[in-house]
Amino acid sequence: MISQRLALFPALLAAIGGLSACVEKPQTLGMNKIDGAPFQGAQNQFVVPGWKTGDKSSWEQGLKVRMQNTQNEYSKTN
Amino acid sequence: MARMKFVCDAERCIECNGCVTACKNENEVPWGVNRRRVVTLNDGVPGEKSISVACMHCSDAPCMAVCPVNCFYRTDEGVVLHDKDICIGCGYCSYACPFGAPQFPASGTFGVRGKMDKCTFCAGGPEVNGSQAEFEKYGRNRLAEGKLPACAEMCSTKALLAGDGDVVADIFRNRVVQRGKGAEVWGWGTAYGSKQAGQAPEGSKT
Repeated sequence: MISQRLALFPALLAAIGGLSACVEKPQTLGMNKIDGAPFQGAQNQFVVPGWKTGDKSSWEQGLKVRMQNTQNEYSKTN
Repeated sequence: MARMKFVCDAERCIECNGCVTACKNENEVPWGVNRRRVVTLNDGVPGEKSISVACMHCSDAPCMAVCPVNCFYRTDEGVVLHDKDICIGCGYCSYACPFGAPQFPASGTFGVRGKMDKCTFCAGGPEVNGSQAEFEKYGRNRLAEGKLPACAEMCSTKALLAGDGDVVADIFRNRVVQRGKGAEVWGWGTAYGSKQAGQAPEGSKT
């Protein structure tokens, strides 16, 4: 009797293993790509000089200076 | 941390559409799509006001909330971007957006609606920064080049301001203080109501 049950055991394991194919695939919504941070710089020849690529504070400071130079004429006239 | 914002000074905008042209040229936007438009209130009536409108990169973006495939994301700088590889072109975002920012290029025999296209604050999309793939899908990534959006940098009267919200607020505040008016269009009164905000000028048809 016991030997018969032991003989069925591999068949049972195979059946359980076969059921794993019925598991539902994950359907999580979301990004499959991650956007690089802008302070990491662009891979082209149009990057303006004056800031250090990869340094966030340097990038932010560069943009602030650029804003004052290009968008605030009061800083030039007054 | 920089929080990127646009604001358009209605006292300065002269409806030249330079911002629209700069955007189309810089990002090589498809035919039929305008990521930015100039809207004029009481056109032709003395005292008319114009503002340049595009995606305002909302802090609580409705487009992001309604997207059924969750293709939107917000960068650390507060720029709302989307992944065109995930977008299914359903158009829900265009109904949700109060600014009409999401645009859909029509293509094919029956004018099939393509992937959504909108202003990226010149920050590209989820591809390698400055790569050809990013440019072809989303336009130029000027932020990663250390620049600001082309529309604002090309604005002849400096009506359109773009960049770190703190600096934008400083520049605009200084202008209003210097000239003594012009905060009525954007500000507390517009959002929450005041006697002068949103009033049509004298002689208007409305």
